[in-house]
Amino acid sequence: MVELRPGARFQSTVCATEVIVVKGTGPTELTCGGEPMVPAGSAERAGEPSADASEGTLLGKRYGDGDETVEVLCTKAGEGSLALAGVAMAVKVTKPLPASD
Amino acid sequence: MMLLEMAATAMGDRVAVGPSGSGITCDDLMGRAAGLAGRLRASRSERLLLCGEPGAVLPVSLFGAAWGGAAYVPVNYRLGDDDLRALAERASPALAVADSDGAARLAGVDGLEIVERDGLLADPSGGAETADPGDWPADPDATAVLLYTSGTSGPPKAAVLRHRHLVSYVFSTVEFASAGPDEAHIMAVPPYHVASVAAQLSQVYSGRRIVPLAKFDPEAWIDLVRDEDVTHAMLVPTMLARIVDALDRRGETLETVRFVSYGGGKSHRTVVERALEVFPAAGFSHAYGLTETSSTVCVMGPDDHRRWAASDDPDERARLSSAGRPLPGVEVSVRSPDGTTAGTGTAGEIWVRGEQVAGEYADGGSQLNEDGWFCTRDSGHLDEAGYLWVHGRNDDIIIRGGENMSPGEIEDALLTHPAVVDAAAFGVPSREWGEEVAVCVVARSPIPTADDLRELVRARLRSSRVPARIEFVDDLPYNDTGKLLRRELRSRHAADPGSQVD
Repeated sequence: MVELRPGARFQSTVCATEVIVVKGTGPTELTCGGEPMVPAGSAERAGEPSADASEGTLLGKRYGDGDETVEVLCTKAGEGSLALAGVAMAVKVTKPLPASD
Repeated sequence: MMLLEMAATAMGDRVAVGPSGSGITCDDLMGRAAGLAGRLRASRSERLLLCGEPGAVLPVSLFGAAWGGAAYVPVNYRLGDDDLRALAERASPALAVADSDGAARLAGVDGLEIVERDGLLADPSGGAETADPGDWPADPDATAVLLYTSGTSGPPKAAVLRHRHLVSYVFSTVEFASAGPDEAHIMAVPPYHVASVAAQLSQVYSGRRIVPLAKFDPEAWIDLVRDEDVTHAMLVPTMLARIVDALDRRGETLETVRFVSYGGGKSHRTVVERALEVFPAAGFSHAYGLTETSSTVCVMGPDDHRRWAASDDPDERARLSSAGRPLPGVEVSVRSPDGTTAGTGTAGEIWVRGEQVAGEYADGGSQLNEDGWFCTRDSGHLDEAGYLWVHGRNDDIIIRGGENMSPGEIEDALLTHPAVVDAAAFGVPSREWGEEVAVCVVARSPIPTADDLRELVRARLRSSRVPARIEFVDDLPYNDTGKLLRRELRSRHAADPGSQVD
């Protein structure tokens, strides 16, 4: 379990993936490559993503859960894929925002 | 730094700032930021003071400061020598990056190490050890930027923006690497305006080339847009008005521009309507925000502009003067003086809440209330569709006989007259009423009579709003970031006994 809050950053322990929380609060089971993610900078990478969680993450993409309560943004890409409480997170297709500057 | 690192990873070869052929690429920007970070660490500087015009030195300084663990402090180089040196003293000890003129003016300030802009660009590290990639502070609570607010209602205060506020703003408003390789953003707002900070971050993160314009002048702006095939622009309303005038004079339109955002002061519907014509290919966004809120909190985007400009319904068309709707992740509430939420259409104080809302001053601490809301000290109302209308600063409220009235609504009423180009309303002392409404009006021929204008206000608002004093002037005083200096008008009239209205 990690504690989600907007702005919190997490890293994978089995690939190079790093994410930042854009939306969502509270304790959550956030995994990458099948292993729990940990606060960014708190662990060395060890091992490999499990075969069923190795589709990879894409830099700058937003990942969400089905009911839109959690959104994380990938700040470093890796080979593992993200899941929330065991359910794979999907790349969110966002409608373009009106740029404000 | 996370933002730049992402951009460099995905778009390292793209030009981040400068001419398309010879500008500084994202990779190059990383390299220079690393050098500057090393220099800041070697000199143990906690602040980087930037004194100069828009240029490539801005993103180098902004990201270099973040990497080196220093706050980026752009100061107003247009201040008089005494005021500038006083600000620099408040910011020191610091590394000051200045053009040659600024360097001379800052010389001798205690605790200030001065490096000239061109020297910094040529040799960012200055002989210090360059910082290693990845070796930057990751503390989201560290101070990223200190900005001195424009101080239209008093001496400037240093607003504190932390990394988490700016990062949150970027993540909620910009899609990563979303800009096409041909896109370019002309950066003309002064570096000490929050929009300059926000624009640098947004452009780098989206992969859009920044084309800086050192000295704003409408002709130079138009020429640079043509020379560099600029596609995107951000302007304060006074700049937009001058560009529209200049294009009208030249009988030209600018076809390359696809997007114009404007904000940071009151904009007039007539200017916006003309702007839609001289930028035929552009979508327009009107942004409302404050320094303390990491810039934009509400935006009226291109679709809204097209819709309201094309409407035959006068109320819908009037929505072109609104500030649009809150950004994702930002809440806006309008409150009565007793703290309760004001109803739709009722004026009150504008409060905002969100991850990007900093609401903090260097000497005054956090101004957020216990629920995280920040009082903007602007007055306004929300309409039935959730659009925010900003009337003006609370400090500018005119209190006549116990009745509060906002200058903005009186100005809006005056501006519906076809010959009124610009208008400013403010309070002047009155023995009978406490304060009385005075207005300064810029009008073009045929110039309306004062009685015409009084009748207009009476018809659109109510008799208490009718100006007791109307002065026709050639122009109104604005500061260089487009803010109307109502204080100046007020003190001029208060100092003139002839303006005492009884």
